[in-house]
Amino acid sequence: MIEISSVLIANRGEIARRVIVACRQLGLATVAVFGDPDAGSPHVAEADRAVRLPGRSAAETYLDQQAVLAAAAAAGADAVHPGYGFLSEDAGFARSVLKAGLTWIGPTPEAIELMGDKVSAKRLMAEAGVPVLAELDPADLAEAELPVLIKASAGGGGRGMRVVHALAELPAELDRARAEAERAFGDGRVFCERYLARGRHLEVQVLADAAGAVWILGERECSVQRRHQKVIEEAPSPLAEQLPELRSRLYEAAGTAARSIGYLGAGTVEFICDTEGNCYFLEMNTRLQVEHPVTEAVTGLDLVQAQLRIAMGRPLTGEPPRLTGHAVEARLYAEDPAAGWQPQTGILHALEFPDEHSTFAVSGLRVDSGVTAGSQVHPYADPMLAKVISHAPDRATAIRQLAGVLRRARVHGPVTNRDQLVRVLQDRAFLDGVADTALLAAAELAAPLVAGDLERRYAAAAALAAAASDRAAGTVLADLPSGWRNVPTTPQRRAVAGHGGRHEIAYWHRRAGIELVDGPEVVAAGPDEVVLSVAGVQSRLRVSRHGDRCWVDGPDGSAAFTLLPRFTDPAAAAPTGSLLAPLPGSVLRLAVAAGDRVRRGQPLLWIEAMKMEHPVAAAEDGVIGELPVGPGSQVAVGDLLAVIVPADGAGAAAEPA
Amino acid sequence: MTTIRSLLDPRSPAFLANREAMLAKLAELDAEHAKAVAGGGPKYADRHRARGKLLVRERIELLLDADSPFLELSPLAGWGSDFAVGGSVVTGIGVVSGVECLIVANDPTVKGGASNPWTLRKIFRANDIALANRLPMISLVESGGADLPTQQEIFIPGGRLFRDLTRLSAAGIPTVALVFGNSTAGGAYVPGMSDHTVMIGERSKVFLAGPPLVRMATGEDSDEEALGGARMHAEVSGLADYLAVDEQDAIRIGRRIVARLNWRKQGTVPAESLPPRQDPEELLGIVGTDLRIPFDPREIIARIVDGSDFDEFKPRYGDSLVTGWARLHGYELGILANARGVLFSAESQKAAQFIQLANQVRTPLLFLHNTTGYMVGERYEQAGIIKHGAMMINAVANSTVPHLSLLVGASYGAGHYGMCGRAYDPRFLFAWPSAKSAVMGPHQLAGVLSIVARAAAEARGQAFDEQGDAAMRAYVEGQIETESLPMALSGMLYDDGIVDPRDTRTVLGLCLSAIASAPLPEPAGFGVFRM
Repeated sequence: MIEISSVLIANRGEIARRVIVACRQLGLATVAVFGDPDAGSPHVAEADRAVRLPGRSAAETYLDQQAVLAAAAAAGADAVHPGYGFLSEDAGFARSVLKAGLTWIGPTPEAIELMGDKVSAKRLMAEAGVPVLAELDPADLAEAELPVLIKASAGGGGRGMRVVHALAELPAELDRARAEAERAFGDGRVFCERYLARGRHLEVQVLADAAGAVWILGERECSVQRRHQKVIEEAPSPLAEQLPELRSRLYEAAGTAARSIGYLGAGTVEFICDTEGNCYFLEMNTRLQVEHPVTEAVTGLDLVQAQLRIAMGRPLTGEPPRLTGHAVEARLYAEDPAAGWQPQTGILHALEFPDEHSTFAVSGLRVDSGVTAGSQVHPYADPMLAKVISHAPDRATAIRQLAGVLRRARVHGPVTNRDQLVRVLQDRAFLDGVADTALLAAAELAAPLVAGDLERRYAAAAALAAAASDRAAGTVLADLPSGWRNVPTTPQRRAVAGHGGRHEIAYWHRRAGIELVDGPEVVAAGPDEVVLSVAGVQSRLRVSRHGDRCWVDGPDGSAAFTLLPRFTDPAAAAPTGSLLAPLPGSVLRLAVAAGDRVRRGQPLLWIEAMKMEHPVAAAEDGVIGELPVGPGSQVAVGDLLAVIVPADGAGAAAEPA
Repeated sequence: MTTIRSLLDPRSPAFLANREAMLAKLAELDAEHAKAVAGGGPKYADRHRARGKLLVRERIELLLDADSPFLELSPLAGWGSDFAVGGSVVTGIGVVSGVECLIVANDPTVKGGASNPWTLRKIFRANDIALANRLPMISLVESGGADLPTQQEIFIPGGRLFRDLTRLSAAGIPTVALVFGNSTAGGAYVPGMSDHTVMIGERSKVFLAGPPLVRMATGEDSDEEALGGARMHAEVSGLADYLAVDEQDAIRIGRRIVARLNWRKQGTVPAESLPPRQDPEELLGIVGTDLRIPFDPREIIARIVDGSDFDEFKPRYGDSLVTGWARLHGYELGILANARGVLFSAESQKAAQFIQLANQVRTPLLFLHNTTGYMVGERYEQAGIIKHGAMMINAVANSTVPHLSLLVGASYGAGHYGMCGRAYDPRFLFAWPSAKSAVMGPHQLAGVLSIVARAAAEARGQAFDEQGDAAMRAYVEGQIETESLPMALSGMLYDDGIVDPRDTRTVLGLCLSAIASAPLPEPAGFGVFRM
């Protein structure tokens, strides 16, 4: 037996919190580490001890092995749990941990190494008789082999992956994938394989002890993905339910994979499958997965506790648990599905789910989150806000439960994918268990839940609540009736901007209450709540305001609005032709210089945020007038990047006389 | 806490009939207000809008703090005259950047916003209110100047417009002019005499004489922009302090100017206020159409004061006049209200004493009118009703605390004076649609004329023309009735507006708050005379 008393968690956010909970349940002390942007994060506050890793980016903090090891030594930790991401699949780090005399909670460095290189892992599995997609040589790729997927050899998490549909695109895409892989993993090697556009992503959870026992804990299906990253995961897989022989082949292959490398602890073997029952090994993740809670729900096992026990040398005893019911997990991200899932940042003012959930509970409704109200969602880390997991006796109930919780959740702050999650959970193909990896390409799934007339109604609630809160904050004539007139002439007007554009809300303050000029009956209107009635049916809309931003939550979903000022100061308006930063990040490189002639649509510069490159293109033809940024400039949303003087405009002629 | 116990039965036939009659009168009032709001009518309003301009009330709405209350003053000025209802100007009290201001805004859809005699009287009244209550003054200017056909009536007295502005300034009350369009000839002195001026590029035109008159006077050829354009005034003459790009920008700048006035109210800070316990909606059914039927003013007081809480003074003495103390929207208030119409010697002395008590403790007074005047007759004359009435009028006239007057029923004869009628300079005076005011009731007045005529005929030994007399009485009664109605009085600027009874508390609360902008004046120098 190996004794452990204090675990350093080399990670952040919800996984750090998840590991803290498991450690507490086993009576182990915990040590958190944190980069400067995370200083106020819940995982730092909740751990018994915390060690600062000076710096902001991942490379300066969570990826700095020496700093993490020094933190473990300083805080007296005798074990390291890597969580997922960061150093969890770094064999060198695992070795350093062991060399420092600490317990590594994970598989052996050798197993990590064997599976860490995607190309060699595939070869190894093919030799063991596990089906794999053939590796293609980019140099002599034929048109017929398209489309192909470029992947980073050292990769994971969708980074460095690029789909190529035409041979002409290949060289440029290879370059980009290499560059992205280099930035993300410090290893620019990439490879190609056949791209299954409509594949189904299935994976098998394994758990192995030091004595060689391997438990197969069922499969998960994670076919709903965007940019090769999972969004909704479930257990069991609807595809495997339909094709029992596929399931047994997956289990067998997973067992073979684990045994062939002497696996230890929790791991996941991933496959791409099709509806014919074909399956191909993709990779083995030698760590805990983000989506582990669905397996925990159907097995009743605490996988993190199991990892800790195995690391302490405890054997797996008895039989693998039987699977009960169905579990679905949705990942709530601060990202905008309507804008290519662009990451969003800012203060998270509220993150509340209806009462039915219980934090980190293994069954029923569960919310795993690394942030709380007041947290800053910053551009240095993964934009995942929370995982919401439902568990019910059958799939339909689990899905319905999850959709309901998400629809009624109060998520105030950056734009999130919440509405898309709800739409997926209500999508026919998904409900029928036939959704594949291409599902999220459907534009209608990116549409907000609250739109059109409904958005207008929510906008009215935002305006009326703002009116009430403004009046409550007034000091003069504060207790007289709002908007009172002895000679009524024109209605009050307030404008708000929502997803669907600008809404001007006109209303009268009548003796009996507020009356919308063009809208439903107003039953009550206060600063925090507005009750509207349509055809005798009342809906209660809760309104929260932070500065000029306002969130309205109701039975049909939520909508965010900006309260527009009554007046615009002409001096504050940006010059025409201004290009403003669409998201926060740092300027990676510039393609133009001041004075250059540019054409509409031409990329001018690239902003790096969340490890993604976002091009900023010219909105019109013209000449670059101002260019106040350079490589490395940090920009916030709305910062001026460049001013284009229109080609034919009067501005261009503004030369000294 | 002395809560008034209401005896009003809102299901009684009398209440329901009163309520119905009041609602009918309110509907008539709405129709007259609508005329004022319509200004110059749809044709001129459309033309104004087509020029990209806001209507006068839209400008005011944009200027005011969103969702704040606004009390329009004298909306029916000029009612019953040959001029458009409203006097081609809008005045009122509202909140701008958290400061209660007096707003005066020309309505350019009515004859180009030209000033007629009613315009002048309405603005003079607004200026008086601004000065007495220390309300910063904001002028929204767009006026073609004087209505020339009536120049004889307005030219000489009109000089007061500019005198008032600078006197406000001298009294430390800031004046702001936002010039939306023409402000020419005499009108040029509105921005000229204001402390802060905003002009709008290519819109504001401020000059003493336009190109035609300049050509007539000196032979010089000139254009409007060079003579008085906004840019010229902002960059060359210095008459404009700010150059706005459009109307919303001018209003935005105006609001910023007010926000930077460093304004502090100097009067009483109100206590926390409670709504009345009795339903203000029931104010509709208290006063009947026949003012000979008295009503208990406590039923009104119970529906307008905080918590319906009223401490009566001398309740057992001179009980045809109710006096007592209350709070309204947190402001302490002394109230005098006629209970049974007639003022006797006891009521007069009680009023004089109460007014002195209010002066001693600097509490503002509210007069609720429903009086047919001081009692007449041998017995009362001999008991000194003139002396006692004179005491009351003396007390009212020389009281230095702010007065509010509200005509709810009759306000006849010298009773109107004793209850602080218009000539006694109440800070504000409003009427309910049920009010009537004249030297005496129409029936009495016609009867008096008839008796005098009959006596004259008899003295001359002539036969009295009974038929002619009946016709005369009917005619006179009709004329007096019309003249004593609130709209006619409001049209003459004899009140500051006719209000919906249900709005009484709001109107008075807004007025008390405006009054609290100014410090209370110094008290007079005697002890309280016991009467």
